[in-house]
Amino acid sequence: MTTDVQGSASSDSMLRDPRVRAIFYQILVIVLIVLFVAYVGHNTAINLEKRGIASGFNFLSQPSGFGIGIVLLMDYSSQTSTHLDVLIIGIINTLAVSLSGIFLATIIGFIFGVLRLSKNWVVNKIAAVYIEVIRNIPLLVQLMFWYFAVLSVLPLVGDSIRFGESFFINNRGVNFPAIIPSNGFWVIPVTLLVAIVLSIIIGKWARRRQDLTGQPFPVFLTSLALIIILPVIATLVMGSPFTMSYPEFGRFSITGGWSLEPEFLALLLGLSIYTGAFIAEIVRSGINSVSHGQTEAAHSLGVRPGMTMRLVILPQALRVIVPPLTSQYLNLTKNSSLATAIGYADITAIFAGTSLNQTGQAIEVIFITMLFYLVISLLISMFMNWYNKRIALVER
Amino acid sequence: MAIVKTERHEDLPPPVSQTGVIGWMRENLFSSPLNALLTVVSIYVIYWALSGIISYAFINANFVGETREDCTGSGACWVFIKARFGQIMYGFYPVEERWRVDVGYVLAAIGLFFVLSDVVKNKKWPALYLFVFVPVACFFLFSGGYFGLEVVETSQWGGLFLTLVLASVSIFVSLPLGIVLALGRRSSMPIVRMLCVGFIEFVRGVPLITVLFMASVMLPLFLPEGMNFDKLIRALVGMSLFSAAYMAEVVRGGLQAIPKGQMEAAKSLGLGYWQAMGLIILPQALKISIPSIVNTFIGLFKDTTLVLIIGLLDLLSIVKAGTTDKEWVGMATEGYVFVAAVFWVFCFGMSRYSIWLENKLHTGHKR
Repeated sequence: MTTDVQGSASSDSMLRDPRVRAIFYQILVIVLIVLFVAYVGHNTAINLEKRGIASGFNFLSQPSGFGIGIVLLMDYSSQTSTHLDVLIIGIINTLAVSLSGIFLATIIGFIFGVLRLSKNWVVNKIAAVYIEVIRNIPLLVQLMFWYFAVLSVLPLVGDSIRFGESFFINNRGVNFPAIIPSNGFWVIPVTLLVAIVLSIIIGKWARRRQDLTGQPFPVFLTSLALIIILPVIATLVMGSPFTMSYPEFGRFSITGGWSLEPEFLALLLGLSIYTGAFIAEIVRSGINSVSHGQTEAAHSLGVRPGMTMRLVILPQALRVIVPPLTSQYLNLTKNSSLATAIGYADITAIFAGTSLNQTGQAIEVIFITMLFYLVISLLISMFMNWYNKRIALVER
Repeated sequence: MAIVKTERHEDLPPPVSQTGVIGWMRENLFSSPLNALLTVVSIYVIYWALSGIISYAFINANFVGETREDCTGSGACWVFIKARFGQIMYGFYPVEERWRVDVGYVLAAIGLFFVLSDVVKNKKWPALYLFVFVPVACFFLFSGGYFGLEVVETSQWGGLFLTLVLASVSIFVSLPLGIVLALGRRSSMPIVRMLCVGFIEFVRGVPLITVLFMASVMLPLFLPEGMNFDKLIRALVGMSLFSAAYMAEVVRGGLQAIPKGQMEAAKSLGLGYWQAMGLIILPQALKISIPSIVNTFIGLFKDTTLVLIIGLLDLLSIVKAGTTDKEWVGMATEGYVFVAAVFWVFCFGMSRYSIWLENKLHTGHKR
């Protein structure tokens, strides 16, 4: 009888054993997923065959056959260039607008974040209004506003708004003088690089000296002088190895110089103003998170307000600021895909848009596009994680 | 020789320069020369911006009329919004059927009022009404085909109505889905956990547009022949899956904040996993993550504008279509300012509600 009870209890406990159940559930999940994938794959194969859509990545080497508005760093012609070229141009354009957007948004965000903390009531409220208005309006609406309501109604090329001799604003964008490199131009970027490396070395040396002897060294001024003076000397020694190209009014359009297209400007403005508002809030909460006792302690030790901010408050605030800042950078990069709506030639617009429509190979195109964004997200997170680790609190 | 005062001198008021309006201004506006300069510059900027906005939107604006020719002032032409108001609100929903949308709004508003406000303490019945009755009723009301209501195809839905439908359905679907994903991500079963982590990180790593592209271009390829969803459903699937991933991370944050002892205590009382989760852990976790959930809702509401790219006629796209009308050339500013104002009212309202709720829930340990 006892064995009977034990027997039923053991088979019962097999069913009630969480480990057994966990394995059972997981097998169930795997089976369901495999069935689902097989079903979808089967349907897709039938659908693709029926619609006569090719599969594989051969389409990348086929000629694209359409024009692209903005091409940077590359030669592109609709006859000879392939869909692979389209992909590369899309990637370059996305990176261009994302990086400049991140740069600008960070500046805007830090300025307004600090203004939001100002004791000056009026300044404080201006920052608050900026943040509350911009954060609560969809980015797409703002992009449309900048593009269709602001940049499109600027004067025609002939009636450009002029700032000085060679800086024009009109409905085709902004024109400004260009630097055209000539023989020996490479010396200037190289000296700039040397200056930056030297500044870093001096910074490390100065820190070690201060740790050992307590003597400070004007690192910032020295670095600034190095970074400005070395390239200037290089320019003079090489006899100005570049020519300036000024924009001039031709018969129909402006020739020469560099120009920024309204699509790019609208996207850059929209992205950086929108993300700047979020960064401002992050900066404000980061600085607020450092307890007031820190400021009081620094003041009572005789540290002056500017140094208190730089040496006591900011290093602690950055620990709170960096993680959400990372996700804002990621958001900005992903939001740059809204370029589609205003016709800026980013990867989503020309590759996942036009190339997809031309080839019909939705699966491959969307796969590549998503892979690109995933890789970018991963890279930005990795960089910011590295930076975050560097500034993180070192505990014993 | 009575030069020593024997009685106490009456208390003097604090100096005028330290209190009242003047004191406040000295303290807050003119505490240093730099601050004074900032104040003056800021006030000038405010004056310049406000006078520009007011003269554009009100003083020089046109409110009366039917066509573009009625806009004679130099300011905004609100006649454009007025002439297209019906379309902006309801899209191409038949005019004689629009009362159905309004009835749906009223039903939802009643439910929202009782669930969100403090009027009723026991939220069981209002919640049941809002989350079960209202969706079912609205489905039948809006699409029709039953109870003698005429069928209205989803292709005719549009304007603010479509924006609200998109937002509410995605919110309604993404919250439970997000909770399931968050639980899966914290599950002890490695395969379930890996699947959930993979889904969440994948979706969070790509832009919403590509997810919408995928839903609109690839979903038809995945389905068997003859089975096809309309555009609205495809957009809803994309948006719900997308926001579910974000919701999962928010809920996970709440789950992580609950001490382990809660789960252990629940288990030692003999509760199973689902009982412990449903009765002990989730109520606490969801409560502390409500502000972040509302923030995710705000993001989701703003993201509904992206359906413009896959060709649905939401509030933004119907106004955009209006600005390209030959009869109304040059109305881009009015149109987009109006859309921005509508979205701002909704999102700002939600963010204020979230702050109010946060203050209400954070009792006790606040300085």
